[in-house]
Amino acid sequence: MYKHNNQSGQALSTALSPAQQAIQDEVDALKHTPGAMLPILHAIQDRFGYIPDEAVPIIAETLRHTRAEVHGIISFYHHFRTRPAGRHVVQICRAEACQAVGGRQLEQHAKNALGVDYHGTTLDRQFTLEAVYCLGNCACGPSIRVGDEIHGRVDPARFDALMDDLSATVVEVK
Amino acid sequence: MSVTLYVPADTTARALGADRVADALRQAAAERGLDLTLIRNGSRGLFWLEPLVEVATPKGRVAYGPVTPEAVPALVEAGLFDGGQDHDLALGLTEDIPYLKNQQRLTFSRIGVTDPLSLDDYTGLRGFEGLKKALSLDGQGIIDEVKASGLRGRGGAAFPTAIKWQTVHDEPPGQKYIVCNADEGDSGTFADRLVMECDPYMLIEGMTIAGLAVGAPQGYIYLRSEYPLAQKIFNEALRRAYAAGYLGEDILGSGRHFDLEVRLGAGAYICGEETSLLDSLEGKRGMVRAKPPLPAIQGLFGRPTVVNNVLSLAAVPFILDQGGQAYADYGLGRSRGTLAIQLAGNVKRGGLVELAFGTTLRALMEDFGGGTRSGRPLKAVQVGGPLGAYLPESQWDSPIDYEAFAAFGGVVGHGGVVMFDDSVDMGEQARFAMEFCTVESCGKCTPCRIGSVRGVEVIDRIRAGENRDANLELLSELCDTMVDGSLCAMGGMTPFPVQSVLKHFPDDLTRSRGGAPC
Repeated sequence: MYKHNNQSGQALSTALSPAQQAIQDEVDALKHTPGAMLPILHAIQDRFGYIPDEAVPIIAETLRHTRAEVHGIISFYHHFRTRPAGRHVVQICRAEACQAVGGRQLEQHAKNALGVDYHGTTLDRQFTLEAVYCLGNCACGPSIRVGDEIHGRVDPARFDALMDDLSATVVEVK
Repeated sequence: MSVTLYVPADTTARALGADRVADALRQAAAERGLDLTLIRNGSRGLFWLEPLVEVATPKGRVAYGPVTPEAVPALVEAGLFDGGQDHDLALGLTEDIPYLKNQQRLTFSRIGVTDPLSLDDYTGLRGFEGLKKALSLDGQGIIDEVKASGLRGRGGAAFPTAIKWQTVHDEPPGQKYIVCNADEGDSGTFADRLVMECDPYMLIEGMTIAGLAVGAPQGYIYLRSEYPLAQKIFNEALRRAYAAGYLGEDILGSGRHFDLEVRLGAGAYICGEETSLLDSLEGKRGMVRAKPPLPAIQGLFGRPTVVNNVLSLAAVPFILDQGGQAYADYGLGRSRGTLAIQLAGNVKRGGLVELAFGTTLRALMEDFGGGTRSGRPLKAVQVGGPLGAYLPESQWDSPIDYEAFAAFGGVVGHGGVVMFDDSVDMGEQARFAMEFCTVESCGKCTPCRIGSVRGVEVIDRIRAGENRDANLELLSELCDTMVDGSLCAMGGMTPFPVQSVLKHFPDDLTRSRGGAPC
């Protein structure tokens, strides 16, 4: 639907919005990789912060899948999100090693402090709260991940301090 | 005056503030006009001491830990830059710290010693010697060496590595693959992460040797997305290994070919199961495949594939360099070599302990671990990840060995040891085992997909005191159904922690929440 062939058989990308073009570029850069689907989904999420709905038909058409298959793959993996997240994605480890040192209390505290449940985003769009099952920091839990940073031995007070620090940082405008 | 300092840069050290410690040390050195070389090494795996700062002295490296940025001024005052030991955080010579000294580090001999990305550091400590040996052998010769080592899969299933390799080797020539399972999802485990962050060339070397052994020109590392730092470090190591001729079309001028690439998972525990990992690598939902066909015969993209855990492949350079027998000299019975034990959870001295098979859990948890971090009595320990049984004190004296553990229903798995003190509610832990399975089941088979949901419901009813005896019987039958009827270990082993709670901690399960046992 985003491409049609002209009489000489060349693909013309006439109706692509800039976002669609950006998605198409990501897909094209990786489409010849064996098992290209996950690398493509990662590339799109890394670029946009989530996988926009309009990515599904583009991926499907390029990789010769049905849209249903693409949707099925995206929804299978916890890592992929289909809606924009807040400015910071905060993942709380729910796994056993963290449970053994107060992980359950930290989970409850995080939900209360941010006022959202898992997968929720705060009204000011600063934070999205997610569960994660192990960050590999199991000797020094409870652990959380914010963006690509892991934090260890996070008790409720340290959680609050971290969130305060993050709220206080100014968004860099380029 | 010139000073060489080491500040670890693995995930745990950084999670505890190592970057800020490094900054504080740089600043203190600058204020004193010192010529500072600050190396970001890997972690020694002594996590309770992280950030562990080391200073090079004529007598060897001396350690300080755990160092906070705030402690830096006092440490510097006490002579840290000269290796001065007059401070509470001073630990003496690093190699003499009993936790480290009492280990048998064959695989992890370099972690924390080297700059993980330095090829000179790696080759200076026998790095790539195994690869050179392998290049002088034919495929069968390499496999025979691995066979002699007795190495069994360190991911958890403990299948003999050489038999997998032999099967792939014996398939007709053509496209074959080496796939490294770095989807280290078990709670309480971090050894794969340590390999990739602290000694990445070891894994590159191990995979290349595997490729040479079976005739596979392509390898993939399936890394979980929860390990962003491992991804970053490892990709840089790959770039440098290619540039130096350890990978690619012509490995070390031998004319042999091996390519290696990292692929990122996407947050699915089930993709640690080898067949679902392969589906995921192919770009599909990570659904478990029925076996046969074995991946060794029809694996990635339908081709013969070796799927090995990080630790299995990481053991290979030592085996090729020192000989299979040198590895087999460690261990007992059919469990040869060393096991990377990871002490985690409520533990005073958590970290990596590499020892020959045969030590007891009690010795690990007490002598190495020092008991619980909370100081309260230990109550239960979960060995082998979320699918492993909770072991009561009566089972802590059994030697760690695949067969000995299997004999009482325990699982060595990937070597994770998660300790719990007496404040744990084992009923809650049983419920979590089922809940985890509802979140992570791939959904292909009914016992796992539906059974786990029923498991949560039934445990909730038991804990609410609803028709307790009938529901306990139902839970027991449900567990049997899942064990017997599931396609893979996810559904088949999820009942293990539940059954262990039923057997060893029944009061926790039947105690009404907020009330007395009835």
